[in-house]
Amino acid sequence: MQWETVIGLEVHTQLTTKSKIFSGASTAFGAEPNSQACGIDVALPGVLPVLNRGAVECAIRFGLAIGGKLNRVNVFDRKNYFYPDLPKGYQISQFETPIVEGGALTIQVGDREKTIRLTRAHLEEDAGKSLHEGFHGMTGIDLNRAGTPLLEIVSEPDMGSATEAVAYAKALHGLVTWIGTCDGNMQEGSFRCDANVSVRRPGEPLGTRREIKNLNSFRFLEQAINYEVRWQIGEIEDGRAIQQATVLFDSDSGETRMMRTKEDAHDYRYFPDPDLLPVKLDEDWIEQVRATMPELPQARRARYQTEFGLSAYDAGALTGSHVLSDYFEAVVASLPKADPKLVANWVMGELSAALNKAELGLAESPITAIMLTKLLGRIQDGTLSGKLAKQVFEVMWTEGGEPDAIIAAKGLKQMSDSGEVERIIDEVLAANAKSVEEFRAGKDKAFNALVGQVMKATKGKANPAQVNDLLRAKLTG
Amino acid sequence: MSQTTIKQLADRLASGKTSSVELCQDYLARIQAGNPKLNAFITVDAERTLAEARAADARRAANNAGPLTGVPIAHKDIFCAEGWLTTCGSKMLANFVSPYDAHVIGQFKAAGMPCLGKTNMDEFAMGSSTETSYYGPTRNPWDSARVPGGSSGGSAAAVAARITPAATGTDTGGSIRQPAALCGITGLKPTYGVVSRYGMIAFASSLDQGGPMATTAEDCALLLNVMAGFDARDSTSLEREKEDYTRDLARPLAGLRIGLPKEFFGAGLSGDTAIAVEAAIEQFKKLGAVIVEVSLPNSGLSVAAYYVIAPAEASSNLSRFDGVRYGYRTPDYGDLTEMYEKSRAEGFGAEVKRRIMIGTYVLSHGYYDAYYLQAQKLRRLIAQDFAAAYRQCDVILGPTAPTTAFKLGEKADDPVEMYLSDIYTIAVNLAGLPGMSLPCGLDGQGLPIGLQLIGDYFSEARMLNVAHQYQLATDWHQRTPGGF
Repeated sequence: MQWETVIGLEVHTQLTTKSKIFSGASTAFGAEPNSQACGIDVALPGVLPVLNRGAVECAIRFGLAIGGKLNRVNVFDRKNYFYPDLPKGYQISQFETPIVEGGALTIQVGDREKTIRLTRAHLEEDAGKSLHEGFHGMTGIDLNRAGTPLLEIVSEPDMGSATEAVAYAKALHGLVTWIGTCDGNMQEGSFRCDANVSVRRPGEPLGTRREIKNLNSFRFLEQAINYEVRWQIGEIEDGRAIQQATVLFDSDSGETRMMRTKEDAHDYRYFPDPDLLPVKLDEDWIEQVRATMPELPQARRARYQTEFGLSAYDAGALTGSHVLSDYFEAVVASLPKADPKLVANWVMGELSAALNKAELGLAESPITAIMLTKLLGRIQDGTLSGKLAKQVFEVMWTEGGEPDAIIAAKGLKQMSDSGEVERIIDEVLAANAKSVEEFRAGKDKAFNALVGQVMKATKGKANPAQVNDLLRAKLTG
Repeated sequence: MSQTTIKQLADRLASGKTSSVELCQDYLARIQAGNPKLNAFITVDAERTLAEARAADARRAANNAGPLTGVPIAHKDIFCAEGWLTTCGSKMLANFVSPYDAHVIGQFKAAGMPCLGKTNMDEFAMGSSTETSYYGPTRNPWDSARVPGGSSGGSAAAVAARITPAATGTDTGGSIRQPAALCGITGLKPTYGVVSRYGMIAFASSLDQGGPMATTAEDCALLLNVMAGFDARDSTSLEREKEDYTRDLARPLAGLRIGLPKEFFGAGLSGDTAIAVEAAIEQFKKLGAVIVEVSLPNSGLSVAAYYVIAPAEASSNLSRFDGVRYGYRTPDYGDLTEMYEKSRAEGFGAEVKRRIMIGTYVLSHGYYDAYYLQAQKLRRLIAQDFAAAYRQCDVILGPTAPTTAFKLGEKADDPVEMYLSDIYTIAVNLAGLPGMSLPCGLDGQGLPIGLQLIGDYFSEARMLNVAHQYQLATDWHQRTPGGF
C-alpha cells in the first residue's frame, strides 16, 4: 500500500530585540528567575502594553526576505486562557491580520530544489516558564521569558517527508539568522518547531492531522515526524481513524504521545486588544527597513554559481549561514589570485572538519579568514604543496601562529632549488635500478613508485609537479 | 460646613495664610468625623498624607510650588498609588499594596498635592451605586438611606460632604457623572485618551477614562490641567499639545448653540429632574445661548451595546486576578484548576462574576459575530449620531441620570434596572466624547439633580466654560447636605 505524507510547520522564532515586545524589560537569556520581569510582564493591576517597534521591524525584514505581503494595518488580538505562566490570562498575538501573509522559501533536497509556500507570519509574546523541580510539590514560575517577542512562521502543508521538513526548518533557520531577526539558538528555545503531520493515499483528500509540539532540534524534528508517520499509517491500516490531536515527542522513547484532542481544545475568545491601537506600516518605514537588508542567501547561491563557477551543492553549503558565507567571501576577495574553488574546498574541507571535530562555531574558529588567506596564498605562490599546507593548517589550529612563522619554524617550505631536487632524484634512480628497468619496460606504476621514493627522500617538501617533470625528463631524456 | 474650593485653598496657600499640613490636618479631622456615616474611604493613612503635606510646604518654602501645591485630594481606589493599599473595591485586592504610581497619581504628586486617602467604589468599577464594594456601601451624604451613585460613589460622597476638597474618579459608562449628579457635585469625564489609563485598574479598556470630581467647574478645570497629558506608557493616550483648561472659563455664552437630544427628554425621566433641566435651559437662554433640537437616534441602543462591549473587555482584563502572583488566593485547594476556581469564586463579588460570565459568553466561538461585532457596529453608529448633532450645536445638554439618588438595596437585586441608571451617560463613553455633570436643582425630597453637558472631542475647555458661566449665575453647586 502506497502512502503520502503531508507536513506543515509552525515555527516560533524569538526575535533579537533587546527588550520585550510590550515592556522595557531585557530579553537576555539565563538571568536569575524573575529578575527580568517588570510590572508589565508580571501583569500588575493597571499596567498597559506598549509595542516595541523593533519587533515590528524584524517582522518587516522577514516579510521582505520571503517575498510575502506586508499587511499595512496591524491589529493585535488577545488569546484568552488561564495558565500560571501566562500572567495576564491572555496572550497578545495576531489572529485576523498577521503582519506577513504568503511568501515562499526554496529548499534543497538532495540535488533537487523545492519551493515551500508560507501561509503567514505573526507577532506575539512568549509566556513564562513553569518550573516543576525543586519546589517540593509546588510549581515555580519564572516570568523572565514572559513577553519575549516571537514571530510565528506558518508554512503551507508543502513538505512530503521528514527529510523535506528538516530541509525547510534548516533553510528557515538559515534565513532568520541571516537577516538577523533571530539568533537561532535552539537549546535556548529561540527557534522552536511544531509539526502538523497527516498521511493519505495518493490522490485522496488530506488526512486528519496531528500536531507535534515544541521540537527544539532538527534531529528530534526528523525522529518525531518519522515515528508519527509510521504510527498513523499503522493506525489506519489496522482500521482505526486518526483523531485530530496535539501530541508531544518524548526524545527518550522516540515516540509521540497524546497531549489533548480537539474536543478539549480551548475556546480562546480572540478579540482585538483595546489597549493597543492598530499599527500602521507606512511605505517610508518599509523602505527604511528594505535599505538595511543584506544580500539574501538565495541571491548569493546564484552568484556563487555564475560568478565563481561553484557547483549548486557547494554554493548551497557555503550560504548555509551568513557567518560562513561572509568568511568564504572574505578569503576569496583577499587572495592574490582569484580561486574561489580552492577557497571553497578548504572552507568546506579542512576548516569545517576541524570545527565539527572541536564542536565549535565558525565565529569561534582559531583560524580567522585573514590567516586562512595567508595560508592559501602560500599554496598559490608555490611555497607550499597541498599536503604541506595541511600540516601548516594543523599547527595553526592546535598551536596558533602565522603560516609564514610556522613554515619557517618547522622547515615545511617546499624545495624550490631544482639542483637539490635533481641530486636527490639521481640518488633515488641509482638506488632503485629495478624500478627504472621496469619503467623502461613499459610499466607506468614503476614511475609512481619512483616519485614516491623522491618525495620520501625530501620529506614531502619537494614540489610533486616539479619532481614529476624532472624525473620524466631524466628517464626518457 | 466649609464652602472652600481648591481655587480658594490654593490662594490661601499662596498667600501664606495656611500651610498644607494645616489643611491636611483639617480635612483628616473631617474625614475622621464624617466617614463613619458615609464609608466614603477605604483607606486613610494620616502619616502618609502629612508626610506629603510637609513635602509640599517645603516646596513652597523653596519657591518651587506649582499652582495647586499643598492642596489635598482624595483618589478613587482604582488608581495604583505606591505604598498605598489599592483594592479596586474588591476582596481580590484586599492585600494589594501597589509597588508603583498610576500616571494620574504621578501627576498629582508632581503637582505637590497630598493624597487624603483612597475612596470607596463599586467592585472593579462595576456598578452604579457603590453597593458592590467588598468594603460595604457608601452612603449618600444627602440621605444616608440612599446610594451615592457609582462607581465613583466614595469620591462623590466625600466631595459632597466636603470632607475632601476634590477627588479623582473614573468613568466607563457614567461612573463620574452619575454619582456627581446623585451627590450634587461637579464631575468631568474627558475625551477618551486625554487622561492616561496607566495604573488605573482596567474595567473596560476602550471606555475607561479618569477625570476630576470637585465642587465647581473651575476646580475641575484646574484639576484637569494636572491630570491630562500624553503618556507614552498608555498606547491609547493622545499626543496633543498641553492645554490650559481654564483658558475659556470667562468667555460669555452669547451665541452658544446648545443641542437638546429629543431622545433624552422622553418617558423614563422623573418629573423633578425634567423640571430642573428645563429651568437650567431657561438659565442658559438668559445667558445668551441658542437652543436647538438634535437627535441621537441610536442612543436607545447604547445600553445594550455597552453591556456587550464592557463585559467582554472586563472578562479578559480581570483574568490576571488568578491568585498566582498577588491578590487573593483561596487558602484551601487540591490542584491548579481548583485554585483558580476557588480563588476567583471567593475573591470576586456577584456583580463582577455576572459581568465576567456575560463577557466570556459574548466572546465565545460562534457568538462573537452576533454580539461583539454587532455591538462594535452600534458603537460606530452612536458616534456618527453625535458627529451629526455637532454640525448643529456646540454642546449637548440633558439630564445626567433618570432619577435622583435611590435607596440602598432598591435596585441591588435587579441588574437591568440598575444598568438603566446610566442610560444618558453610556453613549458618551461609547463615542469617546467628553461629558460632565453639574448640579442644577433639588427634587421634592431635597436630593440633588444633575445636569449633563456633552461636548465634541477635545472641547473640555468650552464645556468647562459653559458650566462655569452657569455656576456664576446659579448657586446649586454651593448647596450642601447638612450634618458634615
